[in-house]
Amino acid sequence: MSTAVKVEHVFKTFQSGKTQIEALKDISFDVSKGELFGLIGPDGAGKTTLFRILTTLMIANKGNAWVDGLEVMGDYKEIRKRVGYMPGRFSLYQDLTVEENLSFFATLFNTSLEENYDLVKDIYVQIEPFKTRRAGALSGGMKQKLALSCALIHSPNVLFLDEPTTGVDAVSRQEFWELLRKLQLQGITIVVSTPYMDEASLCDRVALMQDGKIMDIDSPKGITGKFKKPLWAMSSADMYKLMHDLRADERIDTCYPFGQHHHITFKDDHQEVNPIENFLIDKGHKGLSIEKIEPTIEDCFMELMNR
Amino acid sequence: MRTLKILLEKEFRQIFRNPAILRLIFIMPIVQLLILPLAADYEVKNINIAVVDQDRSSYSRKLTDKIAASSYFNLVTYTNSYTEAIQEVEKDKADVVLQIPPAFEKDLIKEDKAKLFMALNAINGVKANLGGVYLRSIISDFNGEVRLEWVQLPRFNPQPMIKISSINWFNPLLNYQFFMVPGILVILVTMVGSFLAALNIVKEKEIGTIEQINVTPIRKHQFILGKLIPFWILGLIVLSIGMLLARIFYGIIPEGSLLTIYIFAVVYLLSVLGLGLLISTYTDTQQQAMLISFFLIMVFILLGGLYTSIDSMPQWAQVFTRFNPVTYFIDVMRMVVLKGSSLYDIRYHLLIVTAFGIFLNVWAVISYKKRN
Repeated sequence: MSTAVKVEHVFKTFQSGKTQIEALKDISFDVSKGELFGLIGPDGAGKTTLFRILTTLMIANKGNAWVDGLEVMGDYKEIRKRVGYMPGRFSLYQDLTVEENLSFFATLFNTSLEENYDLVKDIYVQIEPFKTRRAGALSGGMKQKLALSCALIHSPNVLFLDEPTTGVDAVSRQEFWELLRKLQLQGITIVVSTPYMDEASLCDRVALMQDGKIMDIDSPKGITGKFKKPLWAMSSADMYKLMHDLRADERIDTCYPFGQHHHITFKDDHQEVNPIENFLIDKGHKGLSIEKIEPTIEDCFMELMNR
Repeated sequence: MRTLKILLEKEFRQIFRNPAILRLIFIMPIVQLLILPLAADYEVKNINIAVVDQDRSSYSRKLTDKIAASSYFNLVTYTNSYTEAIQEVEKDKADVVLQIPPAFEKDLIKEDKAKLFMALNAINGVKANLGGVYLRSIISDFNGEVRLEWVQLPRFNPQPMIKISSINWFNPLLNYQFFMVPGILVILVTMVGSFLAALNIVKEKEIGTIEQINVTPIRKHQFILGKLIPFWILGLIVLSIGMLLARIFYGIIPEGSLLTIYIFAVVYLLSVLGLGLLISTYTDTQQQAMLISFFLIMVFILLGGLYTSIDSMPQWAQVFTRFNPVTYFIDVMRMVVLKGSSLYDIRYHLLIVTAFGIFLNVWAVISYKKRN
């Protein structure tokens, strides 16, 4: 498979007063054609900066990158015709209607909605009932769909989506990912960033980013497969006290709150779970539940961060 | 061309959907042209005067009556204590004190001369200056009357005298509004043009839409033109509304041709809009753009020759006014409206403003970067 996006040793620093902020430190990765590639990392990891470099809005300090076989520095004009970019912040004209926004961006790319209707059809039918409504008056999920339509209107080869599901409800998020899957089937390479770890498993491959560095790149299965330690999920009536007691215990390696449970690893991989359970019962914990679980991307992320 | 067309279409849609801009465009000229020329009037009226009459004679009373009867002065205090009169000045109730000393009438009759004392509150320099002049002319008038009463003037002046008569060209009645309204109209067009242009691009930066524009293959000059043309047209609309109001309310009908004014305005707007675009490429928020354009426009107006004559400015300020586009348009407006100057007469103005326009716009296009 040939590569759609290639990033080689990219560095980017920002000057903020007298201090230099290193937003990207030696980033390298490849994305194959037709892949759904995820950049996973918390806010401030450098995802947006990386997107801005790849979409030719920003110039890297060091290193180079290629998009669709074109170099981002020299061939930026050609790249702009071939990529679709959906910024993290809603960046369409709020005072124009849905239809006007679409035809405006279509015209800027020298095309029209009719010409590429097949591509945006699935998305457009969902927002079509509101086509005379101003973009500013749409709901969050609808706004994202409109933005995606606008990014797709010129039939790009590579699609960059910067946190498309941030601030969108759970149902819309799921719908959005289904749309991305469908687009992928049409042969579009998609690079998507998200701060939500649970979305990582929906990508073909993910890069885990933290503080301007890539900690690991692999398929979601590959990443969770690297988590060798047994992982336990525990819960009790008093979750706060549970975490406090676990963290105080010297047999416990890590303990993180994960929704309804705490995820725990032991220092010794062969540690029996019964002594721990008895210890917690002695401490007065009620409704205790302990079970062994498979690690998620988030567990791996936490583990990588601590390394 | 198709790109430019859709850009213009979009820009006009946005303008017409923004009630604040529409209101600004139509209400601002009306308010500025109907109210400002009436308020910005150099003629000083209603000067409050305190008369200290220590003579209490028929002449002193006659003089006081004469002053009080003039339309320029309000007699606020009539007293015989100078201290009391000065207190009125301190309380800001009187602007001028006229002291008539004891034995004013006696001296005038016996010695053929008398003295008066005038004290002016110079906090407002213009008022003090003009008040002094007015008062002096009333007194000299009074003096003439007194002389007439006592001396039979010979039929011919014993000394040779030069009598001066004058005529005011281009504005015979020295109508202040003829002078101010064209100038205020220039300020109006300048403000609408530069503010709207400056705020517009910055707004796109602020709400992030410029990101989405920058990733499209749109060319820089297309983008800038798409911004320039709408405000160009709006500027000319404001100018037309202003000219219409000036004609209806002040009876100002340009002596010269309207075409001359419009040709100059088209070029002038280009330079003003260029300035606005330039500001917007260097700023990140609407607030910054607003403050910078406000500062620049303020300087341009004060050094533009609208309120104060450029010839009486210090040398360095005069040099500065040559780099001020506002100066040229105010000059051209007055030349065409009052004097009836033709395109040929304003050729240098036109040339210089064209140069400004090219310089500012080229700079704006160069400094607008689609990537950083």
